[in-house]
Amino acid sequence: MDDGETPLIDAKGLVKEYPARDRPGGVFRAVAGLDFQVGRGEAFGFLGPNGAGKSSTMRMLGCVSPPTAGTLRILGMDPARDGRLIRARLGVVPQEDALDVELTVRENLLMYGNYFGIPRRVVKERAARLLEFAQLEEKAGDRVEALSGGMRRRLTIARSLVNEPDVLLLDEPTTGLDPQARHVLWDRLFRLKQQGVTLLLTTHYMDEAEQLCDRLVVMDKGLIADEGSPRELIERHSTREVLELRFRLDEQDQATGKVRAVTGAREGERVEVLPDRLMVYTPDGEAALAAVTAAGLAPVTALVRRSTLEDVFLRLTGRSLTD
Amino acid sequence: MLLREFSAWMLRYRRTWRSTIVVSVANPLLFLLAIGAGLGRLVAPEALDGMTYLEFFAPGMLAAAAMQNAYIESAFRVNGALRRDRSYVVAAATPLEPRDIMAGHLLFITFRIASSALAFAVVMVAFGASRSPMVVLTVPAALLTGLAFATPLAAWAVTVEKFGTLNAVFRFVLMPMYLLSGTFFTLDSLPAWLHTAAYALPLWHGVDLCRTLSLGTATLAGSLVHVAYLGAFAAGGVAVALVTYRRHLHY
Repeated sequence: MDDGETPLIDAKGLVKEYPARDRPGGVFRAVAGLDFQVGRGEAFGFLGPNGAGKSSTMRMLGCVSPPTAGTLRILGMDPARDGRLIRARLGVVPQEDALDVELTVRENLLMYGNYFGIPRRVVKERAARLLEFAQLEEKAGDRVEALSGGMRRRLTIARSLVNEPDVLLLDEPTTGLDPQARHVLWDRLFRLKQQGVTLLLTTHYMDEAEQLCDRLVVMDKGLIADEGSPRELIERHSTREVLELRFRLDEQDQATGKVRAVTGAREGERVEVLPDRLMVYTPDGEAALAAVTAAGLAPVTALVRRSTLEDVFLRLTGRSLTD
Repeated sequence: MLLREFSAWMLRYRRTWRSTIVVSVANPLLFLLAIGAGLGRLVAPEALDGMTYLEFFAPGMLAAAAMQNAYIESAFRVNGALRRDRSYVVAAATPLEPRDIMAGHLLFITFRIASSALAFAVVMVAFGASRSPMVVLTVPAALLTGLAFATPLAAWAVTVEKFGTLNAVFRFVLMPMYLLSGTFFTLDSLPAWLHTAAYALPLWHGVDLCRTLSLGTATLAGSLVHVAYLGAFAAGGVAVALVTYRRHLHY
Protein backbone atom coordinates (compact mmCIF):
# COMPACT_ATOMS: atom_id res chain seq x y z
CA MET A 1 0.00 0.00 0.00
CA ASP A 2 2.99 2.28 -0.08
CA ASP A 3 3.13 2.79 -3.82
CA GLY A 4 0.00 4.93 -3.92
CA GLU A 5 -1.88 2.82 -6.49
CA THR A 6 -5.58 2.18 -5.99
CA PRO A 7 -6.11 -0.52 -3.39
CA LEU A 8 -7.51 -3.86 -4.53
CA ILE A 9 -9.86 -3.78 -1.59
CA ASP A 10 -11.04 -0.64 0.13
CA ALA A 11 -13.41 -0.77 3.10
CA LYS A 12 -14.69 2.27 4.97
CA GLY A 13 -16.96 2.11 8.00
CA LEU A 14 -18.03 -1.42 7.10
CA VAL A 15 -20.91 -2.64 9.27
CA LYS A 16 -22.84 -5.91 9.27
CA GLU A 17 -25.91 -6.47 11.37
CA TYR A 18 -28.11 -9.55 11.56
CA PRO A 19 -31.52 -9.93 13.17
CA ALA A 20 -30.85 -11.07 16.73
CA ARG A 21 -31.89 -14.64 17.37
CA ASP A 22 -32.63 -14.23 21.04
CA ARG A 23 -34.42 -10.85 20.88
CA PRO A 24 -37.27 -10.48 18.37
CA GLY A 25 -36.87 -7.20 16.51
CA GLY A 26 -33.35 -6.70 17.88
CA VAL A 27 -30.15 -6.66 15.88
CA PHE A 28 -26.82 -8.34 16.39
CA ARG A 29 -23.83 -6.31 15.23
CA ALA A 30 -21.29 -8.82 13.88
CA VAL A 31 -19.09 -6.14 12.29
CA ALA A 32 -19.20 -2.74 13.92
CA GLY A 33 -17.29 -0.43 11.56
CA LEU A 34 -14.13 -1.57 9.79
CA ASP A 35 -11.67 0.52 7.79
CA PHE A 36 -8.93 -1.26 5.90
CA GLN A 37 -7.22 -1.39 2.55
CA VAL A 38 -5.43 -4.22 0.84
CA GLY A 39 -2.99 -3.72 -2.01
CA ARG A 40 -2.10 -6.00 -4.90
CA GLY A 41 0.06 -8.97 -3.94
CA GLU A 42 -0.37 -8.46 -0.23
CA ALA A 43 -1.12 -11.23 2.24
CA PHE A 44 -3.59 -9.66 4.64
CA GLY A 45 -4.92 -11.34 7.75
CA PHE A 46 -7.89 -10.97 10.05
CA LEU A 47 -6.88 -12.30 13.43
CA GLY A 48 -9.28 -12.79 16.25
CA PRO A 49 -11.22 -15.21 18.41
CA ASN A 50 -14.48 -16.88 17.41
CA GLY A 51 -17.25 -14.31 17.16
CA ALA A 52 -14.91 -11.40 16.39
CA GLY A 53 -16.64 -10.81 13.04
CA LYS A 54 -13.99 -12.37 10.78
CA SER A 55 -16.31 -14.66 8.86
CA SER A 56 -18.94 -11.97 8.42
CA THR A 57 -16.24 -9.74 6.98
CA MET A 58 -15.12 -12.50 4.63
CA ARG A 59 -18.69 -13.03 3.43
CA MET A 60 -18.99 -9.34 2.61
CA LEU A 61 -15.68 -9.46 0.75
CA GLY A 62 -16.93 -12.53 -1.11
CA CYS A 63 -19.95 -10.50 -2.32
CA VAL A 64 -22.46 -12.91 -0.79
CA SER A 65 -23.45 -10.62 2.05
CA PRO A 66 -24.55 -7.03 1.47
CA PRO A 67 -23.00 -4.66 4.06
CA THR A 68 -25.52 -3.00 6.40
CA ALA A 69 -23.56 0.26 6.25
CA GLY A 70 -20.28 1.66 5.00
CA THR A 71 -18.62 1.47 1.63
CA LEU A 72 -16.80 -1.44 0.11
CA ARG A 73 -14.86 -1.45 -3.16
CA ILE A 74 -13.32 -4.63 -4.46
CA LEU A 75 -11.13 -4.47 -7.59
CA GLY A 76 -12.52 -0.97 -8.00
CA MET A 77 -16.11 -2.23 -8.17
CA ASP A 78 -19.13 -2.02 -5.89
CA PRO A 79 -20.36 -5.43 -4.67
CA ALA A 80 -23.94 -4.17 -4.55
CA ARG A 81 -23.88 -3.50 -8.29
CA ASP A 82 -21.17 -5.71 -9.71
CA GLY A 83 -21.20 -8.74 -7.42
CA ARG A 84 -21.19 -11.10 -10.37
CA LEU A 85 -18.17 -9.47 -12.01
CA ILE A 86 -16.24 -9.31 -8.76
CA ARG A 87 -16.94 -12.92 -7.84
CA ALA A 88 -15.68 -13.96 -11.27
CA ARG A 89 -12.25 -12.70 -10.18
CA LEU A 90 -12.25 -14.01 -6.62
CA GLY A 91 -11.17 -17.39 -5.29
CA VAL A 92 -12.99 -18.51 -2.18
CA VAL A 93 -11.86 -21.15 0.30
CA PRO A 94 -14.75 -21.51 2.74
CA GLN A 95 -14.40 -22.71 6.30
CA GLU A 96 -16.07 -25.98 5.40
CA ASP A 97 -14.72 -27.61 2.27
CA ALA A 98 -18.15 -28.35 0.73
CA LEU A 99 -16.64 -30.59 -1.92
CA ASP A 100 -18.79 -33.00 -3.89
CA VAL A 101 -17.84 -36.19 -2.10
CA GLU A 102 -19.47 -38.46 -4.65
CA LEU A 103 -17.47 -36.98 -7.52
CA THR A 104 -13.81 -37.57 -8.18
CA VAL A 105 -11.09 -35.10 -7.35
CA ARG A 106 -10.75 -34.03 -11.00
CA GLU A 107 -14.52 -33.81 -11.51
CA ASN A 108 -14.76 -31.39 -8.60
CA LEU A 109 -12.39 -29.05 -10.41
CA LEU A 110 -14.18 -29.44 -13.75
CA MET A 111 -17.53 -28.71 -12.16
CA TYR A 112 -16.21 -25.58 -10.47
CA GLY A 113 -14.71 -24.31 -13.73
CA ASN A 114 -18.12 -24.77 -15.30
CA TYR A 115 -19.62 -22.31 -12.78
CA PHE A 116 -17.28 -19.67 -14.18
CA GLY A 117 -18.12 -20.51 -17.76
CA ILE A 118 -14.54 -21.47 -18.53
CA PRO A 119 -14.30 -23.66 -21.65
CA ARG A 120 -13.92 -27.33 -20.77
CA ARG A 121 -10.62 -27.68 -22.62
CA VAL A 122 -9.11 -24.81 -20.63
CA VAL A 123 -10.42 -26.16 -17.31
CA LYS A 124 -8.88 -29.55 -18.08
CA GLU A 125 -5.47 -27.99 -18.66
CA ARG A 126 -5.75 -25.93 -15.49
CA ALA A 127 -7.01 -28.91 -13.48
CA ALA A 128 -3.91 -30.89 -14.41
CA ARG A 129 -1.66 -28.04 -13.23
CA LEU A 130 -3.68 -27.44 -10.07
CA LEU A 131 -3.65 -31.12 -9.11
CA GLU A 132 0.10 -31.01 -9.36
CA PHE A 133 0.19 -27.85 -7.26
CA ALA A 134 -2.06 -29.43 -4.64
CA GLN A 135 -0.02 -32.64 -4.71
CA LEU A 136 -3.10 -34.63 -5.62
CA GLU A 137 -2.11 -35.98 -9.05
CA GLU A 138 -2.27 -39.57 -7.87
CA LYS A 139 -5.71 -39.02 -6.40
CA ALA A 140 -7.17 -37.36 -9.50
CA GLY A 141 -9.50 -40.26 -10.29
CA ASP A 142 -10.45 -41.05 -6.67
CA ARG A 143 -13.70 -40.01 -5.13
CA VAL A 144 -13.39 -37.21 -2.59
CA GLU A 145 -14.95 -39.53 0.00
CA ALA A 146 -11.63 -41.38 0.21
CA LEU A 147 -9.52 -38.26 0.89
CA SER A 148 -8.02 -37.19 4.22
CA GLY A 149 -8.84 -33.85 5.78
CA GLY A 150 -5.59 -32.29 4.61
CA MET A 151 -6.07 -33.53 1.04
CA ARG A 152 -9.61 -32.18 0.97
CA ARG A 153 -8.35 -28.82 2.11
CA ARG A 154 -5.72 -28.76 -0.63
CA LEU A 155 -8.37 -29.71 -3.17
CA THR A 156 -10.56 -26.87 -1.92
CA ILE A 157 -7.68 -24.48 -2.46
CA ALA A 158 -7.02 -25.94 -5.91
CA ARG A 159 -10.71 -25.49 -6.68
CA SER A 160 -10.61 -21.85 -5.65
CA LEU A 161 -7.81 -21.25 -8.17
CA VAL A 162 -9.61 -22.66 -11.21
CA ASN A 163 -10.66 -19.18 -12.38
CA GLU A 164 -7.13 -17.82 -11.83
CA PRO A 165 -8.39 -15.29 -9.28
CA ASP A 166 -6.86 -11.89 -8.53
CA VAL A 167 -7.76 -12.25 -4.87
CA LEU A 168 -7.96 -15.39 -2.77
CA LEU A 169 -10.21 -15.35 0.32
CA LEU A 170 -9.39 -18.04 2.87
CA ASP A 171 -11.61 -18.48 5.92
CA GLU A 172 -9.64 -20.32 8.60
CA PRO A 173 -7.69 -22.35 6.05
CA THR A 174 -6.03 -24.76 8.46
CA THR A 175 -8.56 -25.11 11.28
CA GLY A 176 -9.02 -28.76 12.20
CA LEU A 177 -5.88 -30.02 10.43
CA ASP A 178 -3.04 -31.85 12.11
CA PRO A 179 0.31 -30.02 12.38
CA GLN A 180 1.89 -31.78 9.43
CA ALA A 181 -1.05 -31.07 7.11
CA ARG A 182 -0.99 -27.44 8.24
CA HIS A 183 2.65 -27.07 7.28
CA VAL A 184 2.03 -28.57 3.83
CA LEU A 185 -0.81 -26.11 3.35
CA TRP A 186 1.23 -23.13 4.53
CA ASP A 187 3.90 -24.08 2.04
CA ARG A 188 1.32 -24.08 -0.80
CA LEU A 189 -0.12 -20.74 0.30
CA PHE A 190 3.36 -19.27 0.53
CA ARG A 191 4.01 -20.31 -3.06
CA LEU A 192 0.81 -18.60 -4.18
CA LYS A 193 1.88 -15.47 -2.40
CA GLN A 194 5.22 -15.57 -4.21
CA GLN A 195 3.36 -15.90 -7.50
CA GLY A 196 1.75 -12.56 -6.68
CA VAL A 197 -1.72 -13.75 -5.66
CA THR A 198 -3.34 -11.41 -3.15
CA LEU A 199 -4.31 -13.40 -0.07
CA LEU A 200 -6.91 -12.46 2.51
CA LEU A 201 -7.25 -14.87 5.35
CA THR A 202 -8.90 -15.20 8.71
CA THR A 203 -7.32 -17.21 11.43
CA HIS A 204 -7.21 -17.65 15.14
CA TYR A 205 -3.80 -19.25 14.94
CA MET A 206 -1.01 -16.86 15.82
CA ASP A 207 1.68 -18.88 14.09
CA GLU A 208 -0.37 -18.95 10.92
CA ALA A 209 -0.74 -15.19 10.90
CA GLU A 210 2.99 -14.72 11.56
CA GLN A 211 3.96 -17.18 8.83
CA LEU A 212 1.68 -15.91 6.09
CA CYS A 213 0.61 -12.32 6.64
CA ASP A 214 2.47 -9.22 5.50
CA ARG A 215 -0.06 -7.16 7.36
CA LEU A 216 -2.96 -7.95 9.62
CA VAL A 217 -5.69 -6.52 11.72
CA VAL A 218 -6.48 -7.78 15.18
CA MET A 219 -10.24 -7.98 15.50
CA ASP A 220 -12.30 -8.04 18.63
CA LYS A 221 -16.09 -7.70 18.98
CA GLY A 222 -16.55 -6.57 15.39
CA LEU A 223 -13.90 -3.85 15.55
CA ILE A 224 -10.26 -3.51 14.58
CA ALA A 225 -8.15 -3.31 17.72
CA ASP A 226 -4.96 -2.54 15.78
CA GLU A 227 -3.33 -2.98 12.41
CA GLY A 228 0.20 -3.59 11.19
CA SER A 229 2.76 -6.19 10.22
CA PRO A 230 3.24 -9.01 12.73
CA ARG A 231 6.62 -7.50 13.65
CA GLU A 232 5.19 -4.01 14.11
CA LEU A 233 2.33 -5.23 16.25
CA ILE A 234 4.67 -7.19 18.46
CA GLU A 235 6.99 -4.22 18.86
CA ARG A 236 4.10 -1.89 19.57
CA HIS A 237 2.28 -3.99 22.10
CA SER A 238 4.77 -6.39 23.55
CA THR A 239 8.39 -6.75 24.57
CA ARG A 240 11.13 -8.61 22.78
CA GLU A 241 10.92 -11.61 25.11
CA VAL A 242 8.50 -13.23 27.47
CA LEU A 243 9.27 -15.19 30.60
CA GLU A 244 6.53 -17.66 31.45
CA LEU A 245 6.50 -18.83 35.05
CA ARG A 246 4.40 -21.57 36.56
CA PHE A 247 4.11 -21.98 40.29
CA ARG A 248 2.31 -24.54 42.43
CA LEU A 249 -1.27 -23.31 42.43
CA ASP A 250 -1.33 -22.68 46.19
CA GLU A 251 1.82 -20.59 45.86
CA GLN A 252 0.87 -18.55 42.81
CA ASP A 253 -0.79 -15.66 44.68
CA GLN A 254 2.13 -15.20 46.99
CA ALA A 255 4.64 -15.59 44.17
CA THR A 256 2.83 -13.06 42.02
CA GLY A 257 3.49 -10.29 44.51
CA LYS A 258 7.16 -11.15 44.73
CA VAL A 259 7.60 -11.43 40.96
CA ARG A 260 5.99 -8.04 40.55
CA ALA A 261 8.30 -6.60 43.15
CA VAL A 262 11.40 -8.02 41.47
CA THR A 263 10.63 -7.45 37.82
CA GLY A 264 7.87 -4.87 37.59
CA ALA A 265 10.11 -2.15 38.85
CA ARG A 266 12.70 -2.71 36.15
CA GLU A 267 12.81 -0.77 32.91
CA GLY A 268 10.28 -1.95 30.30
CA GLU A 269 9.02 -4.92 32.24
CA ARG A 270 5.43 -5.82 32.97
CA VAL A 271 3.67 -8.80 34.56
CA GLU A 272 0.42 -10.39 33.35
CA VAL A 273 -1.39 -12.90 35.54
CA LEU A 274 -3.15 -15.79 33.82
CA PRO A 275 -5.10 -18.42 35.74
CA ASP A 276 -2.32 -20.98 35.42
CA ARG A 277 0.83 -18.92 34.91
CA LEU A 278 2.58 -15.56 35.11
CA MET A 279 3.90 -13.82 32.04
CA VAL A 280 6.76 -11.42 32.49
CA TYR A 281 7.14 -9.13 29.48
CA THR A 282 10.74 -8.11 29.30
CA PRO A 283 13.51 -7.08 26.90
CA ASP A 284 15.72 -9.80 28.41
CA GLY A 285 14.08 -13.01 29.58
CA GLU A 286 17.20 -14.63 31.00
CA ALA A 287 17.98 -11.58 33.13
CA ALA A 288 14.41 -11.50 34.43
CA LEU A 289 14.59 -15.20 35.29
CA ALA A 290 17.90 -14.66 37.09
CA ALA A 291 16.27 -11.86 39.12
CA VAL A 292 13.34 -14.12 40.01
CA THR A 293 15.55 -16.97 41.21
CA ALA A 294 17.85 -14.53 43.03
CA ALA A 295 14.78 -13.41 45.00
CA GLY A 296 14.42 -16.98 46.29
CA LEU A 297 11.43 -17.93 44.15
CA ALA A 298 11.26 -21.48 42.83
CA PRO A 299 8.88 -21.76 39.87
CA VAL A 300 7.81 -25.27 38.82
CA THR A 301 8.61 -24.38 35.21
CA ALA A 302 10.21 -21.33 33.62
CA LEU A 303 10.28 -20.66 29.90
CA VAL A 304 11.93 -17.80 28.04
CA ARG A 305 10.54 -17.23 24.56
CA ARG A 306 10.16 -14.54 21.95
CA SER A 307 7.00 -12.45 21.93
CA THR A 308 4.27 -13.63 19.55
CA LEU A 309 1.01 -12.23 18.23
CA GLU A 310 -0.67 -14.14 21.04
CA ASP A 311 0.89 -11.65 23.45
CA VAL A 312 -0.27 -8.78 21.28
CA PHE A 313 -3.77 -10.13 21.37
CA LEU A 314 -3.68 -10.56 25.11
CA ARG A 315 -2.49 -7.00 25.49
CA LEU A 316 -5.06 -5.54 23.10
CA THR A 317 -8.12 -7.37 24.33
CA GLY A 318 -7.21 -8.49 27.82
CA ARG A 319 -8.11 -12.02 26.81
CA SER A 320 -6.21 -15.04 25.65
CA LEU A 321 -7.09 -16.22 22.14
CA THR A 322 -7.28 -19.85 23.06
CA ASP A 323 -9.84 -19.38 25.86
CA MET B 1 -25.94 -18.70 -15.99
CA LEU B 2 -28.75 -21.00 -14.91
CA LEU B 3 -27.43 -23.62 -17.33
CA ARG B 4 -24.19 -23.73 -15.34
CA GLU B 5 -26.12 -24.72 -12.23
CA PHE B 6 -28.20 -27.16 -14.26
CA SER B 7 -25.14 -28.88 -15.69
CA ALA B 8 -23.60 -29.14 -12.23
CA TRP B 9 -26.68 -31.09 -11.13
CA MET B 10 -26.50 -33.23 -14.25
CA LEU B 11 -22.86 -34.04 -13.59
CA ARG B 12 -23.76 -35.15 -10.08
CA TYR B 13 -26.72 -37.08 -11.44
CA ARG B 14 -24.46 -39.10 -13.73
CA ARG B 15 -22.97 -40.56 -10.56
CA THR B 16 -26.16 -41.19 -8.67
CA TRP B 17 -28.91 -41.95 -11.20
CA ARG B 18 -28.93 -45.69 -10.46
CA SER B 19 -30.02 -45.22 -6.87
CA THR B 20 -32.59 -42.55 -7.71
CA ILE B 21 -34.27 -44.80 -10.27
CA VAL B 22 -35.34 -47.11 -7.44
CA VAL B 23 -37.18 -44.37 -5.59
CA SER B 24 -38.57 -42.36 -8.47
CA VAL B 25 -39.52 -45.11 -10.93
CA ALA B 26 -39.35 -48.57 -9.40
CA ASN B 27 -41.37 -47.76 -6.29
CA PRO B 28 -44.34 -46.23 -8.14
CA LEU B 29 -44.27 -49.14 -10.57
CA LEU B 30 -44.40 -51.63 -7.71
CA PHE B 31 -47.42 -49.75 -6.40
CA LEU B 32 -48.95 -49.91 -9.86
CA LEU B 33 -48.51 -53.69 -9.98
CA ALA B 34 -49.40 -54.52 -6.40
CA ILE B 35 -52.42 -52.29 -6.05
CA GLY B 36 -53.53 -51.65 -9.61
CA ALA B 37 -53.15 -55.14 -11.01
CA GLY B 38 -53.21 -57.18 -7.81
CA LEU B 39 -55.57 -55.63 -5.29
CA GLY B 40 -57.54 -54.04 -8.13
CA ARG B 41 -58.87 -57.43 -9.26
CA LEU B 42 -61.04 -57.42 -6.18
CA VAL B 43 -62.79 -54.25 -7.38
CA ALA B 44 -65.68 -54.96 -9.73
CA PRO B 45 -65.71 -52.75 -12.87
CA GLU B 46 -69.37 -51.93 -12.12
CA ALA B 47 -68.22 -49.94 -9.11
CA LEU B 48 -66.15 -47.70 -11.43
CA ASP B 49 -68.54 -47.06 -14.30
CA GLY B 50 -67.16 -49.97 -16.28
CA MET B 51 -63.43 -49.25 -16.07
CA THR B 52 -60.98 -51.60 -14.45
CA TYR B 53 -59.35 -50.53 -11.20
CA LEU B 54 -55.98 -50.50 -12.96
CA GLU B 55 -57.31 -48.00 -15.51
CA PHE B 56 -58.62 -45.87 -12.65
CA PHE B 57 -55.61 -46.12 -10.41
CA ALA B 58 -52.63 -45.91 -12.82
CA PRO B 59 -53.03 -42.26 -13.96
CA GLY B 60 -53.75 -41.23 -10.36
CA MET B 61 -50.53 -42.92 -9.28
CA LEU B 62 -48.68 -41.12 -12.07
CA ALA B 63 -49.73 -37.75 -10.62
CA ALA B 64 -49.08 -38.83 -7.03
CA ALA B 65 -45.62 -40.15 -7.96
CA ALA B 66 -44.83 -36.79 -9.58
CA MET B 67 -45.71 -35.09 -6.30
CA GLN B 68 -43.57 -37.48 -4.31
CA ASN B 69 -40.63 -37.04 -6.68
CA ALA B 70 -41.09 -33.30 -6.39
CA TYR B 71 -40.78 -33.60 -2.63
CA ILE B 72 -37.63 -35.68 -2.77
CA GLU B 73 -35.95 -33.70 -5.55
CA SER B 74 -37.02 -30.30 -4.32
CA ALA B 75 -37.64 -30.11 -0.57
CA PHE B 76 -34.96 -32.56 0.56
CA ARG B 77 -32.32 -31.70 -2.00
CA VAL B 78 -32.75 -27.93 -1.81
CA ASN B 79 -32.35 -28.03 1.94
CA GLY B 80 -29.40 -30.39 1.70
CA ALA B 81 -27.72 -28.21 -0.92
CA LEU B 82 -27.79 -25.29 1.50
CA ARG B 83 -27.20 -26.97 4.86
CA ARG B 84 -25.65 -30.40 4.37
CA ASP B 85 -23.44 -30.78 1.31
CA ARG B 86 -23.48 -26.98 0.82
CA SER B 87 -23.30 -27.05 -2.97
CA TYR B 88 -25.47 -23.90 -3.04
CA VAL B 89 -22.93 -22.09 -0.88
CA VAL B 90 -20.16 -23.11 -3.26
CA ALA B 91 -22.13 -21.98 -6.31
CA ALA B 92 -23.00 -18.67 -4.62
CA ALA B 93 -19.28 -17.84 -4.35
CA THR B 94 -19.02 -17.93 -8.17
CA PRO B 95 -20.56 -15.49 -10.66
CA LEU B 96 -23.95 -17.17 -10.17
CA GLU B 97 -26.65 -15.12 -8.47
CA PRO B 98 -29.18 -16.78 -6.13
CA ARG B 99 -31.79 -16.60 -8.88
CA ASP B 100 -29.48 -18.50 -11.26
CA ILE B 101 -28.97 -21.19 -8.64
CA MET B 102 -32.72 -21.44 -8.12
CA ALA B 103 -33.58 -21.53 -11.82
CA GLY B 104 -30.84 -24.02 -12.65
CA HIS B 105 -31.90 -26.36 -9.89
CA LEU B 106 -35.58 -26.09 -10.85
CA LEU B 107 -34.62 -26.94 -14.41
CA PHE B 108 -32.91 -30.07 -13.15
CA ILE B 109 -35.97 -30.91 -11.02
CA THR B 110 -38.10 -30.47 -14.14
CA PHE B 111 -35.90 -32.97 -15.92
CA ARG B 112 -36.16 -35.45 -13.06
CA ILE B 113 -39.93 -35.25 -12.70
CA ALA B 114 -40.48 -35.40 -16.47
CA SER B 115 -38.18 -38.36 -17.04
CA SER B 116 -39.73 -40.33 -14.19
CA ALA B 117 -43.24 -39.51 -15.42
CA LEU B 118 -42.32 -40.59 -18.93
CA ALA B 119 -40.97 -43.93 -17.71
CA PHE B 120 -44.11 -44.49 -15.65
CA ALA B 121 -46.45 -43.55 -18.52
CA VAL B 122 -44.68 -45.93 -20.90
CA VAL B 123 -45.20 -48.84 -18.50
CA MET B 124 -48.77 -47.75 -17.85
CA VAL B 125 -49.54 -47.94 -21.56
CA ALA B 126 -47.69 -51.25 -21.91
CA PHE B 127 -49.94 -52.70 -19.20
CA GLY B 128 -53.01 -51.59 -21.11
CA ALA B 129 -53.99 -49.24 -18.31
CA SER B 130 -54.92 -46.42 -20.65
CA ARG B 131 -57.89 -46.01 -22.97
CA SER B 132 -57.08 -42.93 -25.03
CA PRO B 133 -54.26 -41.60 -27.25
CA MET B 134 -54.52 -38.47 -25.09
CA VAL B 135 -52.42 -40.48 -22.64
CA VAL B 136 -49.35 -38.82 -24.20
CA LEU B 137 -50.52 -35.60 -22.55
CA THR B 138 -50.36 -37.21 -19.12
CA VAL B 139 -46.57 -36.73 -19.12
CA PRO B 140 -46.70 -32.91 -19.29
CA ALA B 141 -49.73 -33.04 -16.97
CA ALA B 142 -47.77 -35.04 -14.39
CA LEU B 143 -44.82 -32.68 -14.84
CA LEU B 144 -47.03 -29.68 -14.15
CA THR B 145 -48.41 -31.47 -11.08
CA GLY B 146 -44.86 -32.07 -9.89
CA LEU B 147 -43.84 -28.45 -10.48
CA ALA B 148 -46.92 -27.17 -8.63
CA PHE B 149 -45.28 -28.79 -5.61
CA ALA B 150 -41.60 -28.44 -6.48
CA THR B 151 -41.42 -24.64 -6.73
CA PRO B 152 -43.27 -23.76 -3.49
CA LEU B 153 -41.36 -26.54 -1.73
CA ALA B 154 -38.01 -25.17 -2.97
CA ALA B 155 -39.02 -21.67 -1.85
CA TRP B 156 -39.80 -23.04 1.58
CA ALA B 157 -37.04 -25.64 1.97
CA VAL B 158 -34.28 -23.07 1.45
CA THR B 159 -35.50 -21.36 4.64
CA VAL B 160 -35.77 -24.51 6.79
CA GLU B 161 -33.07 -24.93 9.42
CA LYS B 162 -33.92 -28.35 10.83
CA PHE B 163 -34.05 -31.42 8.65
CA GLY B 164 -36.73 -32.88 10.92
CA THR B 165 -39.17 -30.18 9.80
CA LEU B 166 -38.97 -31.54 6.25
CA ASN B 167 -39.81 -35.05 7.41
CA ALA B 168 -42.71 -33.81 9.51
CA VAL B 169 -44.28 -31.96 6.59
CA PHE B 170 -43.81 -35.00 4.40
CA ARG B 171 -45.63 -37.19 6.89
CA PHE B 172 -48.37 -34.86 8.02
CA VAL B 173 -49.09 -32.84 4.86
CA LEU B 174 -47.95 -34.78 1.83
CA MET B 175 -49.05 -38.24 2.92
CA PRO B 176 -52.65 -37.26 3.81
CA MET B 177 -52.84 -35.43 0.48
CA TYR B 178 -51.59 -38.57 -1.19
CA LEU B 179 -54.46 -40.51 0.30
CA LEU B 180 -57.26 -37.93 0.03
CA SER B 181 -56.76 -36.64 -3.50
CA GLY B 182 -58.57 -39.45 -5.27
CA THR B 183 -55.47 -41.43 -6.08
CA PHE B 184 -56.69 -44.71 -4.61
CA PHE B 185 -60.48 -44.15 -4.55
CA THR B 186 -63.00 -41.69 -5.96
CA LEU B 187 -63.79 -38.61 -3.91
CA ASP B 188 -67.44 -39.76 -3.84
CA SER B 189 -66.40 -42.27 -1.19
CA LEU B 190 -65.43 -39.43 1.15
CA PRO B 191 -67.80 -37.62 3.54
CA ALA B 192 -69.31 -34.59 1.86
CA TRP B 193 -67.27 -31.94 3.73
CA LEU B 194 -63.99 -33.73 2.99
CA HIS B 195 -65.08 -34.19 -0.60
CA THR B 196 -65.40 -30.44 -1.05
CA ALA B 197 -62.15 -29.76 0.77
CA ALA B 198 -60.32 -32.17 -1.52
CA TYR B 199 -61.07 -29.92 -4.51
CA ALA B 200 -58.71 -27.38 -3.01
CA LEU B 201 -55.82 -29.85 -2.96
CA PRO B 202 -53.47 -29.31 -5.89
CA LEU B 203 -52.85 -33.04 -6.08
CA TRP B 204 -56.53 -33.69 -6.76
CA HIS B 205 -56.29 -31.40 -9.79
CA GLY B 206 -53.24 -33.29 -10.98
CA VAL B 207 -54.86 -36.67 -10.42
CA ASP B 208 -58.07 -35.69 -12.18
CA LEU B 209 -56.19 -34.10 -15.07
CA CYS B 210 -54.04 -37.20 -15.64
CA ARG B 211 -56.96 -39.58 -15.14
CA THR B 212 -59.35 -37.87 -17.56
CA LEU B 213 -56.58 -37.63 -20.16
CA SER B 214 -55.73 -41.32 -19.79
CA LEU B 215 -59.37 -42.40 -19.93
CA GLY B 216 -60.19 -40.04 -22.79
CA THR B 217 -62.93 -38.28 -20.80
CA ALA B 218 -61.08 -34.96 -20.48
CA THR B 219 -62.95 -31.80 -21.41
CA LEU B 220 -61.14 -28.68 -22.56
CA ALA B 221 -62.74 -26.46 -19.93
CA GLY B 222 -62.14 -28.91 -17.09
CA SER B 223 -58.53 -29.47 -18.13
CA LEU B 224 -57.87 -25.77 -18.40
CA VAL B 225 -59.12 -25.23 -14.86
CA HIS B 226 -56.73 -27.92 -13.64
CA VAL B 227 -53.82 -26.49 -15.63
CA ALA B 228 -54.54 -22.97 -14.38
CA TYR B 229 -54.78 -24.12 -10.76
CA LEU B 230 -51.54 -26.11 -10.92
CA GLY B 231 -49.82 -23.41 -12.97
CA ALA B 232 -50.70 -20.81 -10.33
CA PHE B 233 -49.00 -22.91 -7.65
CA ALA B 234 -45.91 -23.40 -9.82
CA ALA B 235 -45.67 -19.70 -10.74
CA GLY B 236 -46.39 -18.56 -7.19
CA GLY B 237 -43.64 -20.87 -5.96
CA VAL B 238 -41.09 -19.33 -8.34
CA ALA B 239 -42.07 -15.82 -7.26
CA VAL B 240 -41.57 -16.65 -3.58
CA ALA B 241 -38.38 -18.64 -4.27
CA LEU B 242 -36.80 -15.59 -5.93
CA VAL B 243 -37.08 -13.82 -2.58
CA THR B 244 -36.22 -16.68 -0.23
CA TYR B 245 -33.20 -17.79 -2.27
CA ARG B 246 -31.77 -14.29 -2.21
CA ARG B 247 -32.37 -13.92 1.53
CA HIS B 248 -30.81 -17.24 2.41
CA LEU B 249 -27.88 -17.29 -0.01
CA HIS B 250 -26.95 -13.60 0.24
CA TYR B 251 -27.64 -12.90 3.89
